[in-house]
Amino acid sequence: MTLLKGAGLAVGPGVRLPISGATTLLFVALVASCFLFPNHLALATQILVLMIFALSYDLLQGHAGIVSLGHAVFLGLGAYSSAILARAGFTDPLLGLAAGAAVPALIALVLSPIVVRGNDFTRLLVTLGVASLVYEAANRLRDLTGGADGLSDFEVAPLLGLFAFDFEGRTGFVYALATFSLVHLALWRVTTSPFGMALRGIRENPRRMPAIGSPVARHLAVAYLLSGAVAGVAGALLAQTSRFASLDMLGFERSAEIVMVVTLGGNGHLAGVGIGAAAFGVVKDALSTVSPRYWQLGLGLVLMASVFLARGGIGGVIERLGRPRRRP
Amino acid sequence: MSNVIAIIVDGVAYGMLLFLSAVGLSVTLGLMRFINLAHGAFAMGGGYLAVVLVDAGLPFLLSLPIVFLAIGASGIAIERAGIRHLYRRTALEQVLFSIGLALALGALANLVFGPQQQAIQIPSLLSGRVTVLGLDIARYRLFLIVMGAATAITLVCLFEYTLFGARIRAAVDNRRAAEGIGIQVERLFAVTFGLGAALAGLGGALSVEMLGLDPAFALKYLTILLMVVAIGGAGSIAGSLQAALVLGTVDALFKYFLPEAGGFVIFGLLVAVLLVRPSGLRGRAA
Repeated sequence: MTLLKGAGLAVGPGVRLPISGATTLLFVALVASCFLFPNHLALATQILVLMIFALSYDLLQGHAGIVSLGHAVFLGLGAYSSAILARAGFTDPLLGLAAGAAVPALIALVLSPIVVRGNDFTRLLVTLGVASLVYEAANRLRDLTGGADGLSDFEVAPLLGLFAFDFEGRTGFVYALATFSLVHLALWRVTTSPFGMALRGIRENPRRMPAIGSPVARHLAVAYLLSGAVAGVAGALLAQTSRFASLDMLGFERSAEIVMVVTLGGNGHLAGVGIGAAAFGVVKDALSTVSPRYWQLGLGLVLMASVFLARGGIGGVIERLGRPRRRP
Repeated sequence: MSNVIAIIVDGVAYGMLLFLSAVGLSVTLGLMRFINLAHGAFAMGGGYLAVVLVDAGLPFLLSLPIVFLAIGASGIAIERAGIRHLYRRTALEQVLFSIGLALALGALANLVFGPQQQAIQIPSLLSGRVTVLGLDIARYRLFLIVMGAATAITLVCLFEYTLFGARIRAAVDNRRAAEGIGIQVERLFAVTFGLGAALAGLGGALSVEMLGLDPAFALKYLTILLMVVAIGGAGSIAGSLQAALVLGTVDALFKYFLPEAGGFVIFGLLVAVLLVRPSGLRGRAA
């Protein structure tokens, strides 16, 4: 059993803020990036989306120990839900965000019996199979999803009726940052609650948890549902800030990417996963403009190497820096 | 009526390709508990090697044994270099490594051969149609069915009736005891892995004519290969054959009669089997 990671920043005897030191640094860096790189706000917004997506998957893989190869399905469903809603005339961004959370949560609820019941192998298969099915369905339903062209003919109303989404992406960035903060806070609360502890217990020892009376299947189903809903929020945010929803948001490469981001960031370490996602977003943006094919090759090689080199990921490094004396 | 039979023959031929490509995956999962998501990449490698060999002027039928040996050898090399360190690791680490391998090999194929579809020249002996029992069948389909059936029989004999097969079954049941009586389990795993890769390579070489070949091949067919293993039960050769034939035939029938529902029916079948028999049709209790 590992120590409770990221249990909060101590600001006085017995007083802890609900964020860790590393997370504080992360937020400072995010706010600073808004002022330092005012011309790259679109990229910063995309990175925030990736961070939310990574946090959602970390709940599943890092905390509950469920490996999925189709988590991008929820991202894509969230993006399409908000885009389709906006096309139908309901352009309020917060309504879109709610729809982006609700639809994937519903799908996760339907899928959870087969995902929860399986072992690692059947989970991989089911998530992979569902991903290819949803991809195929989205591709076929051209009237609804725009098929391979994607959806871009929708408007997004001003945030709270006050702040229009401007061309430089300032509103989009602040909107994404606020959403990220709320999601981070909510997930921090969830993962440090007794429910979060139970998830860790299931991951560490799936045989003992039922023996002490923990409803394993229900806990895993709730984690799957929450994770799907948060991924949907990331997707809706992505569609609203980029005014685009497309098939690649559902694709296998996105799912593989997020497995890698969470593993490199450090399973179950919120701050590490956030930092990992941010670093990944910057590197990907830089490399994929050079050549997408080399990007895929590099992604594959890093994935292979990560198994042997990066045990514990960025979160593990933060842990070791934070508590040098407690670990021999 | 003859139309339906032609489609079923198509489906059985497709099922044989699935069997060849999936049986190695089933064996590595059942025997070594290794989740190899890069298995489709061996099939892809076999396909590209066959295309290169035939383009260089080698007859198609002669290229098949070369592909079998070459992909088998590279399978053993990869097992020795990387995969053997992962047998005792978590499922997540196995998945990361093998997905990385599949992505890297796909990108490599894209860099070397380009993103377009590859074609292969098959000999006139195997092209055209032939009449069997009053049925008009494409010769290549018939060739695939014969190859698949011969491989299945050979494998069953190998695993059930030879010393090699007995050693593998012993190592699976109790690795420690098997090592105790002098079976070199490490070497056995490497050879088995190589055999699985070689069969996948052969399947890939045979499927270029029927399914086409591009850099996305490894990931495009990964899901259905995993379905074959899941429905057939990991480690079962007869189960893999049954599952591959059922999936191939169902897929062909629905693609023809109800193209909109194709993939959905296959997936429904998978869910139904997993709900009723979580370890597959012929699976050993995991």
